[in-house]
Amino acid sequence: MSHHKVEVKNLRYVYPDGTVALHDVSFRIHHGESVAIVGANGAGKSTLLLHLNGYLSATSGEIVIGGTQLVKRNLTEIRRTVGMVFQDPDDQLFMPTVFDDIAFGPLNMGLAAAEVESRVTEALERVGAANLRNKPPYHLSGGEKKRVAIATVLSMLPEILVLDEPTNGLDPHARRQLIALLQAFHHTRIVTSHDLDMVLDMCERTIVLQEGRVMADGPTLEIFGNEELLKTCRLEKPLAMQGCPICSPGSRIMPEQKPLVPRHGDKYHDHDH
Amino acid sequence: MLAIDGSFLDFKQLDLLAMRQTAIHRLDPRAKVLTTLLFIICVVSFGRYEISAMLPFLIYPMVLMTVGDLPGGYLLRKILIVIPFALVIGIFNPVFDRQVIMQLGPFEIWGGWISCMSILMRAILTTSVALILVAVTGFPATCEALEKLGMPKVFTVQLLFLYRYIFVLTDESVRTSRARQLRTFGRRGLGIRQFGSMIGHLLLRTWNRAERIHMAMLARGFSGEFHTTHRQSRFGREEIVFMGGWITFFALFRVYNAPQLLGRLFTGTMP
Repeated sequence: MSHHKVEVKNLRYVYPDGTVALHDVSFRIHHGESVAIVGANGAGKSTLLLHLNGYLSATSGEIVIGGTQLVKRNLTEIRRTVGMVFQDPDDQLFMPTVFDDIAFGPLNMGLAAAEVESRVTEALERVGAANLRNKPPYHLSGGEKKRVAIATVLSMLPEILVLDEPTNGLDPHARRQLIALLQAFHHTRIVTSHDLDMVLDMCERTIVLQEGRVMADGPTLEIFGNEELLKTCRLEKPLAMQGCPICSPGSRIMPEQKPLVPRHGDKYHDHDH
Repeated sequence: MLAIDGSFLDFKQLDLLAMRQTAIHRLDPRAKVLTTLLFIICVVSFGRYEISAMLPFLIYPMVLMTVGDLPGGYLLRKILIVIPFALVIGIFNPVFDRQVIMQLGPFEIWGGWISCMSILMRAILTTSVALILVAVTGFPATCEALEKLGMPKVFTVQLLFLYRYIFVLTDESVRTSRARQLRTFGRRGLGIRQFGSMIGHLLLRTWNRAERIHMAMLARGFSGEFHTTHRQSRFGREEIVFMGGWITFFALFRVYNAPQLLGRLFTGTMP
């Protein structure tokens, strides 16, 4: 099913005030791939995402999604294909109840009531939130909100999922749950994040943006292994790839910092090397 | 600010009450909305010196509270919030209207006092039934009923958005205000000037949020038309009995002043 690939060619975007947010961005993402877009604050990640469903339109360059060029007359089709999960679930959940919110997309697609009903049920079960069906969104916890926000796009049966900072503001348990959920999807997934450990768990490929340019594009492990590159792009290795903070202080980002706990022979430090 | 915090948490309580399952909760929202409207019209249309004739109208909110299993203390506290506003409206009546209406021993009762009391009575009655309506129906269902009864959809959507984001907005303003409070050390800070910029900030944030919500709506195929699935509701026998019963009750007590009639029955005097 190679027709669900995402192609971005020489994308350039200039904000109305003259700021160039994206200089010349090109990449191609294939069906079923899980790709992370990482970069410092202001690197252009969010601007790039907003292009993928046509909210912003490129100053020059083009975007092709599943063989369909992203132009105004194809917007409806593109927005159905690309499910966009925003960073703040409070922006995404605007209807009186969870049910209404998940039904919002399918109803806009003009589906019949019975079909809408079954799509909502399916989407809720998919994210493990069937019990939240009739609750108003402000009664949900952060993790629940996030899962319901994902369900609101799943109900439109998108082929491509775009998630902006999905683990932002979640507690460790909710974060784990969310990562497991996203790993189980077979959609093409495009994720932006500063949570590089999540990227390591979830995405086999990473694109690094800096000041509106693609600095690197390749296998996640390879990119996170390149310390020089990470440093110039104001990033750092995921914690999981940094050495043990006690026995290898050389790997610390700031070597002048003293280790927090004694180095040898205590109960907190008993792993094998 | 903690007070605002608290009162909005209470707001959520109202929402939880609406999820209960009692005979009143199960009624079609339209029946409850219409009955409430008629109740308000009846109460508001009483003469300005009327107090005793309004007393039987207390029965309606009381019955709904009992059958709907609503906590009286909670509703009472909500109603108390409104009383000062009603007082502001009525407080000058005793100053301007000094016509003596009643003589209680040595005390002369001025018309202004009576009309002020009457305003208070109306405020208590109307706010209590409005609160009870939302507590036994839920805000979204109330809006839906109003729409089915002919209110333009634009207003329903506005109201629903307002209700949805009032929580988010109060949360934001509480946080801003807390941040200010923690850095003023109990003094007045920069006074009123800085409140201006705080409100400005809040407006800008609201604006940004509105833009993001619109983005999220567009991403899910919004094209200007609001589709909602209506909850199953039907206007059956229960609704007709409920409405019919109360309308008869309201009409009867609107025309006849029951407490006065009762009084005459016991004392046997005729005016």
